[in-house]
Amino acid sequence: MESLSFEYRGGRPLPSAPPVTLVGVVGSGNLEVMVEPADLGGVCRIEVLTAAVGFGPIWQAVMDDVFARHPVADVRISINDVGATPAVVSLRLDQALDAFTGGQP
Amino acid sequence: MTDAATHSYYEDSARERLLGLLDPGSFREILPPSERVVSPHLRRLDTPAAFDDGVVVGKATLGGRPVLVAAQEGGFMGGAVGEVHGAKLTGLLERALDERPAGVLLLVESGGVRLHEANAGLIAVSEVMRAVLAVRAAGIPVIVLDGGQFGCFGGMGIVSRLCDAVVMSEEGRLGLSGPEVIETTMGVEEFDSRDRALVWRTVGGKHRYLLGEAAVLVEDDIAAFRAAALALLDHAPDLSLAALEAEHAALGGRLERFGDCRDALDIWARLGIAEPERLPILDTPTFLATVTDKRA
Amino acid sequence: MRDWNSQGRNREARLARTASLARGKRVPAADARALLEAVLEPGDRVCLEGNNQKQADFLASALASVDPAKVHGLHMVQSVLALPEHLDLFERGIATKLDFSFSGPQGGRLAKLVGDGKISIGAIHTYLELFGRYFVDLTPQVSLVAAQAADADGNLYTGPNTEDTPVIVEATAFKRGIVIAQVNELVDHVPRVDIPGGWVDFVIQSPRPHFIEPLFTRDPAQISEVQVLMAMMAIKGIYAEYEVNRLNHGIGFDTAAIELLLPTYADSLGLKGKIGRHWALNPHPALIPAIEAGFVESVHSFGSELGMEDYIRARPDVFFTGPDGSLRSNRALCQAAGHYACDLFIGSTLQVDLAGNSSTATLGRIAGFGGAPNMGADARGRRHASPSWLKAGREAGEGRNTIPRGRKLVVQMVETFREHMQPAFVERLDAWELAESAGMELPPVMIYGDDVSHILTEEGIANLLLCRTDEEREQAIRGVAGYTPVGLKRDRRMVENLRDRGVIRRPEDLGIDKRLATRDLLAARSIKDLVRASGGLYDPPKRFRNW
Repeated sequence: MESLSFEYRGGRPLPSAPPVTLVGVVGSGNLEVMVEPADLGGVCRIEVLTAAVGFGPIWQAVMDDVFARHPVADVRISINDVGATPAVVSLRLDQALDAFTGGQP
Repeated sequence: MTDAATHSYYEDSARERLLGLLDPGSFREILPPSERVVSPHLRRLDTPAAFDDGVVVGKATLGGRPVLVAAQEGGFMGGAVGEVHGAKLTGLLERALDERPAGVLLLVESGGVRLHEANAGLIAVSEVMRAVLAVRAAGIPVIVLDGGQFGCFGGMGIVSRLCDAVVMSEEGRLGLSGPEVIETTMGVEEFDSRDRALVWRTVGGKHRYLLGEAAVLVEDDIAAFRAAALALLDHAPDLSLAALEAEHAALGGRLERFGDCRDALDIWARLGIAEPERLPILDTPTFLATVTDKRA
Repeated sequence: MRDWNSQGRNREARLARTASLARGKRVPAADARALLEAVLEPGDRVCLEGNNQKQADFLASALASVDPAKVHGLHMVQSVLALPEHLDLFERGIATKLDFSFSGPQGGRLAKLVGDGKISIGAIHTYLELFGRYFVDLTPQVSLVAAQAADADGNLYTGPNTEDTPVIVEATAFKRGIVIAQVNELVDHVPRVDIPGGWVDFVIQSPRPHFIEPLFTRDPAQISEVQVLMAMMAIKGIYAEYEVNRLNHGIGFDTAAIELLLPTYADSLGLKGKIGRHWALNPHPALIPAIEAGFVESVHSFGSELGMEDYIRARPDVFFTGPDGSLRSNRALCQAAGHYACDLFIGSTLQVDLAGNSSTATLGRIAGFGGAPNMGADARGRRHASPSWLKAGREAGEGRNTIPRGRKLVVQMVETFREHMQPAFVERLDAWELAESAGMELPPVMIYGDDVSHILTEEGIANLLLCRTDEEREQAIRGVAGYTPVGLKRDRRMVENLRDRGVIRRPEDLGIDKRLATRDLLAARSIKDLVRASGGLYDPPKRFRNW
């Protein structure tokens, strides 16, 4: 397993802290994504635990794009991954962040 | 979009099932994922853990009546019971003794004990069994719903049969040893686990209903599971010694009656069902109409 | 004086050697080996029928059991190497040379035998090429074929899986070759004559019915959300855009998703009657909902599919069926139809390079081609027009001073990563290395880049018809290659420019809401849903059932 962590600044804080959101399942080719409000001084922090070792640069690229689509602040995103493809990772993060922000930009 | 009127229980995740089954907005999770009560063992085995250890437990209302409920996630390690997973189930059942809800619902989907956690998982399952019996003894019905993709086997198969009633869809499976386990131990000639028609007519919902192990057979529709669970809340089981002895006698009689059958088809024929080979393909309402008064 | 009938005399000599074995045309199964030893001569070209579905499996094992001292040096000319016996022939020295199309599950063993010098490969063909050569320079001297039933005159009934039998028998029988058929049953009257008895020399009742693989059954339960999204893009971004009505699909889950989205998503876009009306396709169970919804008007098939028999019988307006009611398939004719009469081929692949060349070859496995390259190639000989063909042709010719001409749509539909994070986009195909290690004259390319019109991934659609330079083409491919190393090396500005020009289109450019891409959109989510959609007529093989 490999543990990865990413931090983004410059996101917009949400007007009110939404409830915790969890999407996906820790199953083969899949992942679970948990999004929580967190007092992180404006940072969006993403912590990944993945069964597939050696794909750090791809995670970085996927996360950069996710943050570009969902520039959130004071949010902690936690991921347990079992070798999901970037397409599935992007999809789950979009689902989780759409649900978390409830359509707030 | 298969049928706009129904919502598949089989397709849903554990969390989606709870949303569809319970009164809207009523579910309060106990030890939610954000508590991060994860398996202490998997990390050391270099295996990804799930924030809820593969089981969602909590309180809710069903038809306005308070229930405690647990849903196993088959997608995570086949719903296998590890130490935390089992403790959540046991804790929920013990809580029922304090809170005295109208019932406890177990949305099972499990291959049994999580082998990674070996003894801890085995002990956990035995604790769940004991807790189920305690809740039943307190007069609180424990109702099992079984219609997920992974079926219900091993220790959770035993747990299910210890409960008051099992609700299944024909997609659901219930057994002790799973099909692959039987094939591995007994040989492919005895049981070909890739022969899915054989697997389902041996451990699937229709057969379990005919044998009486499933109290209710419903379509793969979450609303049908909800309706069946609601109805069973009012089901008061007879736990008297006489009733238990009668059940044991019935099981003995069943073994006598069907013990020499080599295949579920033989049992169905012996139950007096005409053209038993047609049963698997019948939709649930037609099936139920066909087997009325024919159950073991 | 030259003997102008040496082949005829050779045939008579072969038949004379069998006199004690046959009663009429019938030979007992126990004498199959003796028959083959009597008929065959060293160095013969032999066609052993078998494709990815029907297999002349009994005759294959009989041939593999002949005495190599009597029969050796055979030159096998056959569609598919599917059974272990096909390679046992070479291991035992019964055969030495091979011309074929596809090796599927035997690809690894084939590569090893080639490496050991036990097999000399003439060429790996597409089906139409190999069938063509049966009539030119690879005509079989002996063909071993499979049918459902035979009567006393040797008339053969193939049932729905006619497949390759007509083309093999035609080439053999009319060049004085010997045709031996294994049949499942001997009957007084065949339900219909698929092969006239006059073209058949010997009939053997096989102890077991011939093997048939249900290769085209895709369980909708295994279709992913990403595949649903890609199917939505195919329907809205290509089928609707080009009014695609005549088409062939690959056999993957991604194209099964398209089939299952026709009655739901495509219908919601008002596309019924406007796309997907005529198909060159095996009877895919996944097509049932679209047929029932009235999308599909006709289907001609290469072969049949197990479990579809009753459904086909009940839908004669859609399928090609005989007077007996069962399907008549024909691989050679359906391949020709797929090549010339279809406007679109869409299928998956394992690797795509920067020029759009695609290959399913991997190291250590010689898999071959089968039918995809015939259908996945622009039909340069085509002359008739259709809206789809003309539009593709206009896009390809825009800005070039060329005479008006159409183009076939050849779509490669791939997820950027396959399972285990294998990238589908590569700088260099594994096919090159395979060609070098196996001493092949060409790298085995499935679909050539200059035939590909579109590459569709979960990231978007690259329209290669609109690319004007090699550099544009490369960036268009990188621009849909997602997070693969090839995709990450894109020139972002150029990709955005291509997007502005509509060369690259993202789901949002097509007006597709990704959030709607869920399995709920599938017209069937399980095999049982397909059975129900068929009104109980589809009877799936038991390994696909969960009831």
